[in-house]
Amino acid sequence: MKKLSKAYLGLVLMFLYVPIFVLIIFSFNTTKSRTVLSGFTLDWYIRLFKNEVIMTSLMNTILIAVAASIASTILGTTAAIGINSMKKLPRTIVMNITNFPIINPEIVTGVSLMLLFVFFAARMHFEFGFWTLLIAHITFDVPYVILNVMPKFRQMDPFLYEAAQDLGCNPIKAFFKVVLPEIMPGIISGFLMSFTYSLDDFIISYFTCGPNTQTLPITIYSMTRRKVSPEINALSTIIFLIVVIVLIVKNIIERKHGAKIRKEDMA
Amino acid sequence: MKKKLIAAPYLLWMVIFILVPLVMVGYFAFTDENGNFTLDYVANVAQYSQIFVRSIWLALIATVICLIIAYPLAYILIGMNKNAQGTMLMIVMLPMWMNFLLRTYAWMTLLGNNGLINSLLQTIGLGPYKMLNTEGAVVLGMVYNYLPFMILPLYSVMVKIDKSVLEAAADLGCNPRKTMLRVVFPLSLPGVFSGITMVFVPAISTFIISRMLGGGGNLLIGDLIEMQFLGTAYNVNLGAAISLVLMVIVLLMMTIMNQFDVDDDVILM
Repeated sequence: MKKLSKAYLGLVLMFLYVPIFVLIIFSFNTTKSRTVLSGFTLDWYIRLFKNEVIMTSLMNTILIAVAASIASTILGTTAAIGINSMKKLPRTIVMNITNFPIINPEIVTGVSLMLLFVFFAARMHFEFGFWTLLIAHITFDVPYVILNVMPKFRQMDPFLYEAAQDLGCNPIKAFFKVVLPEIMPGIISGFLMSFTYSLDDFIISYFTCGPNTQTLPITIYSMTRRKVSPEINALSTIIFLIVVIVLIVKNIIERKHGAKIRKEDMA
Repeated sequence: MKKKLIAAPYLLWMVIFILVPLVMVGYFAFTDENGNFTLDYVANVAQYSQIFVRSIWLALIATVICLIIAYPLAYILIGMNKNAQGTMLMIVMLPMWMNFLLRTYAWMTLLGNNGLINSLLQTIGLGPYKMLNTEGAVVLGMVYNYLPFMILPLYSVMVKIDKSVLEAAADLGCNPRKTMLRVVFPLSLPGVFSGITMVFVPAISTFIISRMLGGGGNLLIGDLIEMQFLGTAYNVNLGAAISLVLMVIVLLMMTIMNQFDVDDDVILM
């Protein structure tokens, strides 16, 4: 049984990783061939870094991801605070609408935002580009922040805030000294989630970016439309490496953190 | 302090950028170019029923395959010790962090007529087989891209199953197979349903996987919508009508799945 499990696990991992490893191996191939390895080269990497379209879209992606995740963290956290103190009915309504961008197919969210932007672009004389992208990204990011922060309020002792005020804090000070540290883990995971979703988003960006502002996924898409472009292989390799490093670091931090909590529990 | 007021900026944002756009989809679906009420476009969607049937069918197959692959995997995962579980889960989820266009592109190069699989087959005297630009390739792309969405909810539900419940079942005379069928499976159902939704919804609405792996001949609902908004067939009203129907299908599907009490925090992961 143990052997069977291991074989099965191996098979699934093969299915998941072989395509990626093939891309990686062929990113070092001297020719454009996708079947025959003819020699080792770093040419495709050099070309990648010299490719202005890719570099510009990378900058756009990072800029939009940073701006959108910061904006949606602020907007989402304030929203969660407010929603938390609402009565049951309005809270349910607001949360249901907030869930919409999460449960709706992405293409519908993209199309609906495009309709809105087209409507206003004609009347207010602006063009699709950085701002429409940013608005779209904030819109699909905020719900994740709210959904990460809201549960933290439920876990918090509601009397803590009152106790702080009894002990001489004004409401604002009580919020920053008592409430904020309690909900901070939710805010941070909401921020990180927004950031990664923004970096990775293709579908909604595709409908809201316009012809002149491209993000990296959109550039990748137009590259895949051409038959063979080994720069994609090089790009995949770099992205894969970054993902591996980030996940390993994240894992190490979490384990250390977990060990610390366990130690404190024992003491 | 009026705490509720602090949500005002978001409420405004929510109305303008979530609610109004959705209302606009509905508005465009039920009007013509001049803004007059019409049912033509919604009725026209019926012309594309073949594409709808194909999308639902392919998404269903992909969902079932994901479930068949992911279920044993999740079960194997929870049998490991805690540290190995964490590492293995990370390894299984890692490909998901790469952009899905790159993952789909990888299969494009593997499946092509001159691709690696065909050239390997040729060395042993088989093929070449036409694999790219087929329905099978589209399903493969869906399974490859959305498999983690099935593994994660299944794992997070199964890992919460109390080990002593399994021991109790064994003590009371269940063999491993019976324990699986009568204890583990019923307890894992919320994960199954949430996994089904998480795979089915993106699979039924994709337009990239079908375009990259299915060629021009295997259009899905997503392709149809994209063509109305950004493609050659430009027709915003028809596009809105199709989007509306897609939304209804997805919402119906979710309502059905929600009948089976699904854990909130599973969706968040």
